[in-house]
Amino acid sequence: MTAPPPRPGRGGAPLPLLLPALAGLVFLVLPLVALLVRAPWRSMPELLTSAEVWQALRLSLVCATAATAVSLVLGVPLAWLLARVEFRGRGLVRALVTLPLVLPPVVGGVALLMALGRNGVVGRWLDSWFGLTLPFTTTGVVIAEAFVAMPFLVISVEGTLRAADPRYEEAATTLGASRFTAFRRVTLPLIAPGVAAGAVLAWARALGEFGATITFAGNFPGRTQTMPLAVYLALQNDPEAAIALSLVLLAVSVAVLAGLRDRWMTAS
Amino acid sequence: MTADDPAPAAVSAPLPAEGLDARLVVERGAFRLDVALSAAPGDVVALLGPNGAGKTTALRALAGLVPLSAGHLRLDGVPLERTPPEDRPVGVVFQDYLLFPHLSALDNVAFGPRCRGVGRARARAQAAEWLERMGLAEHAASKPRRLSGGQAQRVALARALATHPRLLLLDEPLAALDARTRLDVRARLRHHLAEFEAVAVLVTHDPLDAMVLADHLVVIEDGRSVQEGGPSDIARHPRTDYIAHLVGLNLYRGEAAGHTVRLDAGPAITTTEDLTGPVFVAFPPSAVTLHRDRPTGSSARNLWRCEVTGLETHGDQIRIALTGELPLAADLTTLAAAELGLRSGTPVWATVKAAQTHAYPA
Repeated sequence: MTAPPPRPGRGGAPLPLLLPALAGLVFLVLPLVALLVRAPWRSMPELLTSAEVWQALRLSLVCATAATAVSLVLGVPLAWLLARVEFRGRGLVRALVTLPLVLPPVVGGVALLMALGRNGVVGRWLDSWFGLTLPFTTTGVVIAEAFVAMPFLVISVEGTLRAADPRYEEAATTLGASRFTAFRRVTLPLIAPGVAAGAVLAWARALGEFGATITFAGNFPGRTQTMPLAVYLALQNDPEAAIALSLVLLAVSVAVLAGLRDRWMTAS
Repeated sequence: MTADDPAPAAVSAPLPAEGLDARLVVERGAFRLDVALSAAPGDVVALLGPNGAGKTTALRALAGLVPLSAGHLRLDGVPLERTPPEDRPVGVVFQDYLLFPHLSALDNVAFGPRCRGVGRARARAQAAEWLERMGLAEHAASKPRRLSGGQAQRVALARALATHPRLLLLDEPLAALDARTRLDVRARLRHHLAEFEAVAVLVTHDPLDAMVLADHLVVIEDGRSVQEGGPSDIARHPRTDYIAHLVGLNLYRGEAAGHTVRLDAGPAITTTEDLTGPVFVAFPPSAVTLHRDRPTGSSARNLWRCEVTGLETHGDQIRIALTGELPLAADLTTLAAAELGLRSGTPVWATVKAAQTHAYPA
């Protein structure tokens, strides 16, 4: 029950630091508080049970999950390549992989149209050979989200791989494991927490994806209209619905953060 | 380099020789390792040397984790230079064991057989047998972090042996253990190595580990083998300062003429051996006697003027480092050191009886 002894010297933070710090905190928290304050709590149940909301929410969850799956299947091997194999131009490859992180998503959407659109570099062959059209479809949503979200996963998994001791893989090979077996049975279980964290990060990013999606996949209710798109649209004609939808996304974000709490909030 | 390459198989007769026959050349930047090793099945060879000498590189080259720049590697007559590590009949016990942290002790041991195509149930049964032999049956389900250092080391040994290697490699097998468990683990390891029917090569910087565990020592300094032989031979006839220091001997090089050796370091030393030509002279620090005043009537003909440069406890003795006419180390009891009032800078006379020196051809 003893209080900690007072620290010697002048306690407390100096004002030139304290004031901007508090202002920054208010700046970050105030909009979220406003969202809660202005929420139409009374009409919330009917707003959230409307068919359109469920449709958008379901589409969002399905597409974000599919985009995460794509990111895992392609991104984990890519991260392994960047972390474990020395090759010329590795720095360049890493920069290219990271580019979508900083690229405005709408530019990503335009780029995807140029590549996979009906007249795109690859898209025209997909169309003429397989009759496959990607833009303005649900698959297009998944592609747009994966394009934006995968770098988060790659960066996260590569960091974990670099921190993991590569000698475990060596130990596995001396026991007769091929490099792939060593990866599957030793490395992957060892980096599982990092892969999970990267997947959650990518999933959250995919769920909130707006610019690339609306550019590449459009905004068709039930087909390509995900939650962020629905929020944006609702804001024009039905602000209360927009707030309600935003609260749903906020709740999902808080849940994700809570899930990652052990990993990041308590770090350092 | 082509001269070092193994001759084409068509030309060389198949080698009937069993065991290990290797010349390991690894070049990395300015560092060059060039060591020849050979051993018969049942032999335990220790690579002994200071840190950075290239011992671990040699081990990694044997395992295939580092490619050979030149030289050859044959195991039971089969060339292995180009064989990837997963296809070599080699087992490795790594310095910090590298047990897979997400697998139980049993699954760690079963990992090798599983990778080599043994079915799951059979691999686990074999692993259980190995753990039983190592006295670890009750720890089969434990994760590595729950094992003590000694237990982890035995699991690592079981894991390496479970693939029935023809060459067992151990990298500093006792370095990760504290002094108390070390004694016990060393004795157990010696027992297991004695049972092992193929070649074992271990790497250590501890001469005691090397001498207890191995029947053949290869001393490596700066990437080259500087001396090899049986443990007692190396302990008695060190050829470099490093080994002499390791086994606790004063070692000098000189030119012998009868019982007198003119040392490269300066003075002459009288020995019992009668030799001519270049020789080594060695004597233990305990053979040195120190006096504050020049001894009179002493029978010791080896008498030098020295100065104390350092004192450190060495077991229950005090080891005194001396410079002067002859740089040397002397061991005194604490009492004797106190009576002489030795401290850094004290001038002393050092004597060594000829009977306690040992000279041998260089």
